[in-house]
Amino acid sequence: MCLCMCVLAASAAAYRGACGQAPPAPVAQTAPAAPQARFMVVLDAAHGGDDPGGKLTDGEPEKTFDLALSVRLRSLLGARGMQVVTTRESDATMDASRRAEIANHANAQACLSLHASESGSGVHLFVSSLAPIEPTRFTPWRTAQAAWVTRSLALAGVLNSALLHAGMSVTLGRTSLPVVDSMSCPAVAVEIAPESAQATAPGQPPTAELNDPAYQARVAEAIAAAMLQWKADAGRTEARNP
Amino acid sequence: MISRFQTVLFVILLVASIAMSGILWHLRDRAHQRLVAGEDSAPTQAPEVAPAEQATLLVANDSDSSLLTQVQSLPLPQDPGARARAILGKLLDLYAAPDATHPIPGGAASVAQVFLMPAPALESNSAAGAAAPGKTGLNENGPELAVVNLTAAFAASHPSGIETETLTLLSICGTLHANLPRVTQVRFLVDGKVRSTLAGHADLTRTYLAAEAVPTEGSHP
Repeated sequence: MCLCMCVLAASAAAYRGACGQAPPAPVAQTAPAAPQARFMVVLDAAHGGDDPGGKLTDGEPEKTFDLALSVRLRSLLGARGMQVVTTRESDATMDASRRAEIANHANAQACLSLHASESGSGVHLFVSSLAPIEPTRFTPWRTAQAAWVTRSLALAGVLNSALLHAGMSVTLGRTSLPVVDSMSCPAVAVEIAPESAQATAPGQPPTAELNDPAYQARVAEAIAAAMLQWKADAGRTEARNP
Repeated sequence: MISRFQTVLFVILLVASIAMSGILWHLRDRAHQRLVAGEDSAPTQAPEVAPAEQATLLVANDSDSSLLTQVQSLPLPQDPGARARAILGKLLDLYAAPDATHPIPGGAASVAQVFLMPAPALESNSAAGAAAPGKTGLNENGPELAVVNLTAAFAASHPSGIETETLTLLSICGTLHANLPRVTQVRFLVDGKVRSTLAGHADLTRTYLAAEAVPTEGSHP
């Protein structure tokens, strides 16, 4: 059924805000500067309810870790003056289409799908593997992200810089996740893995486990810093293209 | 009162029935033995007797999220489908080894079948890797679609995570394309059915473009 669904891939306001392609205003701007546009972030804590996700080393299901990270990030982003929409606030079952619906209705400037895994090392950032296309008024539900891939890659770049600055190892990749592929916003899937001192040395014991509160806090702080940078970048783009 | 003649007849029939039961039981056992012996001696394609050839495997490495090219020598059957299955079996055997860089239990038995068929044409505006079904411009000598049927046990035991699932799919796609260049698209089934994700993350409902998975040496997918 979701194949038949279409989304308004780029609502005018959100898209102009994100891409800076708004046409010039038809009349001279004589009024005082408008209050700063809202900056909305969607946090999607993956899995939940009947879907536990992966099993982490200490037996904790991935869904619990994802929700805890979402709650922590919501507080950090709220404290930095950002509006936050979460796809779930409890251990509830939600399908990919519902999550994408929430994100698309929010007209957000950034959408983060939060995951955790015991495989690999550090933080993995994934952008949709859909090929970029020109934005159109209506796009297929399952490939709505195609019009946003370029912005998503830019968002992944900002996240990468912030995480590297925080001293974490980062892996950038492209993948196909049903949730992200249906989002019409700059979207990145963030997967947290245990931190290893030497990521390239197999068998090296991790220096920070997923259940380490200090590690979780470091990752959340770095993501919050990245969102602040992304917000500043968006503000500069708007300033250049009022 | 029952006559003597009837009693004798009854005893004869009873003995005959018991004897026939015994014979039937014996015949059933013999038929079963024949069937089992027939299965054992049935001619099968034995890859072990095929000449050893070199196969290029794209082996995933979890530690740096890369696909590394590895050349292995192994006996390969001539039939393309069986050949693809043998190569993927070798790849998954590497993942099942104790010192694997991308550990997944299961091994070669995790690939139930590989079917090769003419690839349907992609819609011009379909996103990379999201081949839209519909147009079926089939060409017998053109690009091929490989349908890899994995076992449910493999999917159930696969580690969950975006990175590890993506690496598995890309290494399978890349390995198929490296050895069978006509394979340009890959679809995945699990026990013959479409499954939404491999282990909770990577999308298994889409068609993967095999060429996209072939990296430069040691590069990230």
